[in-house]
Amino acid sequence: MIVAVLSGFVLALLAPSLYRLSPRWAGCVFSLFPAALALYFLSHMEGVVAGEAVRVTYPWVPAMGLELSFNLDGLGLLFALAITVVGTLIITYAGSYLHGHPSLPRFYLFILMFMASMLGVVLSDNLIALFVFWELTSITSYFLIGFEHDKDTARAAALQALLVTGTGGLALMAGVLLMGQIGGSFEISALASDNAALHGHHLYPLVLALVFAGAFTKSAQVPFHFWLPSAMEAPTPVSAYLHSATMVKAGVYLLARFSPVLGGSDIWLYVVTGFGAATMLVSAYQALYQTDLKKILAYSTVSVLGTLTMLIGLGNKLAIQAAMVFLMAHVLYKAALFLVAGSIDHETGTRDVRQLGGLRKTMPIICAGAAIGALSMAGLPPFFGFVGKEALYEALTHDNMLVTVVGVLTSMLLFAVAWLAGIRPFSGEETHTPKHPHDPPWTMWLGPVFLGCLSVLFGLMPALPEKLLSAAAGSVLGKEVHMHLALWHGFNPLLVLSLVTFALGVLVYLNVDRLQKVTEFALPAVRRGPSHWYALWLRFLNWSAAGQTRVLQNGYLRLYLGTIMTVTAVLAWYTVLAQADVGVIEFNWGDIGIHEWVLGVVTLVASIATVRAQTFLRAVMALGVVGYSVALFFVLYGAPDLAMTQFLIETLSLILFVFVFYYMPPFKRFSTRGVILRHVAIGTAVGALFTLLVLVATSVQWHPTISTYFSQNSYLMGQGRNIVNVILVDFRGFDTLGEITVLAVAGIGVYSLIRLRLGKGGGS
Amino acid sequence: MNSLILRTASRFLLILLFQFSIFLLLRGHNDPGGGFVGGLVLAAALTLYAIAYDVRSMRRFLPCRAQTIIAWGLLAAALSGVWSMFKGQPFMTGQWAHVYILGLDLHLGTPLLFDIGVYLTVVGVVLIVIMSLAEEVEEDD
Repeated sequence: MIVAVLSGFVLALLAPSLYRLSPRWAGCVFSLFPAALALYFLSHMEGVVAGEAVRVTYPWVPAMGLELSFNLDGLGLLFALAITVVGTLIITYAGSYLHGHPSLPRFYLFILMFMASMLGVVLSDNLIALFVFWELTSITSYFLIGFEHDKDTARAAALQALLVTGTGGLALMAGVLLMGQIGGSFEISALASDNAALHGHHLYPLVLALVFAGAFTKSAQVPFHFWLPSAMEAPTPVSAYLHSATMVKAGVYLLARFSPVLGGSDIWLYVVTGFGAATMLVSAYQALYQTDLKKILAYSTVSVLGTLTMLIGLGNKLAIQAAMVFLMAHVLYKAALFLVAGSIDHETGTRDVRQLGGLRKTMPIICAGAAIGALSMAGLPPFFGFVGKEALYEALTHDNMLVTVVGVLTSMLLFAVAWLAGIRPFSGEETHTPKHPHDPPWTMWLGPVFLGCLSVLFGLMPALPEKLLSAAAGSVLGKEVHMHLALWHGFNPLLVLSLVTFALGVLVYLNVDRLQKVTEFALPAVRRGPSHWYALWLRFLNWSAAGQTRVLQNGYLRLYLGTIMTVTAVLAWYTVLAQADVGVIEFNWGDIGIHEWVLGVVTLVASIATVRAQTFLRAVMALGVVGYSVALFFVLYGAPDLAMTQFLIETLSLILFVFVFYYMPPFKRFSTRGVILRHVAIGTAVGALFTLLVLVATSVQWHPTISTYFSQNSYLMGQGRNIVNVILVDFRGFDTLGEITVLAVAGIGVYSLIRLRLGKGGGS
Repeated sequence: MNSLILRTASRFLLILLFQFSIFLLLRGHNDPGGGFVGGLVLAAALTLYAIAYDVRSMRRFLPCRAQTIIAWGLLAAALSGVWSMFKGQPFMTGQWAHVYILGLDLHLGTPLLFDIGVYLTVVGVVLIVIMSLAEEVEEDD
């Protein structure tokens, strides 16, 4: 199974190169991959339905006890099939939709990578792995929404989606870590079978809040729902795949997956149900007054996500069953409708519903796909959407009055929305559109038609998906479930409720123009919704970041150095004065030889000359003398390696300084008396500190020195007699690797700063 | 700079110092020296040549751009560490072997490859900094 998940990443990386081999057939060839995966998952169907989850484990970071474990149970299988089947259709579709787009290879790269990450999310049993894949879906989604990266709106929408879902992702990470710490395991299956520790812990509400933040942002629940309609800037195949069928359902998946672990409490019930109910109603209404076909669909998707969240929040057997049926119905009709919207956009050049009409004559095949999708969405028999809605009503009426009312109102609004998005563009008189429409190539109608056929087939024969859905509900509830779906339940209250919904829906649809006018009147108030807060928050963050940068990164080297040295001096002096015993210093002036005196005096004089120099060149020469004197000290104390390096570094930095002078303004003294005194104070404090530290360090021996170890083992283990070198390349080789990397970065940084300066017209 | 003595001297010095830098690099494991110092010596020699002539003449001695030298250096250092991972040992475990070439018993190991990486990186970094600064000066002259 690890192959099934990870091969997607490999193919994704190869995709751009493969694309160049045959741009014409690339889409079809790539779509064979999810098709093959779908067959692979289907082959596991029988076992999973019989209740035998497929579980595989691979060691990942054994030192930390982390395992890469995958678990294919009913819920995972349902999602995996949705991801791979819809993925097949989407990739086929995208080949034609984005035909000739210069960035098409990159599109395949991201969409395949996204698919693999999404499979990772729904199959991982390990919390950490799940989180990693979860974040990967956010990142690939960012790239896919911003696919048309030369458009401002696309970039803004991509960033918004990334910030909202990314913030949720961070919360989820904290939640996941807490869950693992408290529950004692990072395996979801282990946590689900023993959740008493989690439920009893005083941090349980915090864990819930963090997990909810992750799930609600991902699945666009009110008040975080605004990013999803904005994300419609993405190319339509992306919207169909990520923003209706798969990624936005990841939050719902997470709630379903965690409900055996965290669910069952009162907080869970009220929070999840409450957010879900609010989302379904608010966004169903918002869908109604959109004019962009894709935004209508986006808001209706948010509404369905709300419904699913509410059902999972209710958490009883009927609700979970209904959630699974509703989810499958939604995948089938919404992906189809999105693909239809994309085809309309592609063929007519507009997505504005006010400009569209009469397309049934020019695009008959697309019209058929759209009609099935819309009727299924409206919940009319004999489509699978009807079965889904019946299951929903059954669950809600068994619960309480309030959720039933919310459910009926939402279904009524969605009925009108379905008509608006799926029927109206095709009915009525033909309108004038920017392009002359006709049916697109087969690759672009295959998706809607195939999904439409499934909607009809499952609607007429609900027994077909019954077992899979039972298994999915079973893995959420943690016990065996046998549900019986039927198109015709006989005359019962549910049917009456459905009929009422239809009647109300027709009423809403007929008055949709009046509703839009009312809403337009109230629109300023609506605009001040969450997306306005988002914009304000973003502006505040940018403002505070800019302020901090201005204070901390002021661009004056002397202030940076001053800050670093002052902090060092204050902290170290505090420790020295508070803890160190200065009395231990053994120092005898008589030990200093005459040659050392000479060298010391030379160093001192040169230092003073550096500070008092009146030109840059003199200052640097004097500094060079200081450096060479230090090198001589190294020679005196038997450190040839250090001395050699010091000599060379001094020489090279002297040359470097000479070149740098070229860029410098003439030497002038600007420092006031106060500044000079401040610098003297800092310099004295740091100098005295290091003198003291060296004296203490040479006098006291708290631990056996490590040099003994090095000198004993340098030849035995490092196979070298030069201890300094063996330390550099072997004992502390990892440090050296880091240092030369820093060196390389610094070198390239200097190069870029000088050669690629703005206004110089780029480098040579 | 236009000095005949410096120009003549720097040509010979370049050859000598190049050999010396290789010498330092190879002896480093047992005697004072090593990749860092060796790299500095070569970079200093090339810098001297660039001062005597100009940066463009010095550039002829480089097989590729300085950035590329840095990249090769980092790659060599990183690869020397990966070697041991194929044998199931932790990253950067030293691997040693005796190699007999032309009757010589050479004691070679991954730390040497690592040191070569350090050598190349240091040469590349010093040259990239010096060249960036010096070329601008020359262009303006």
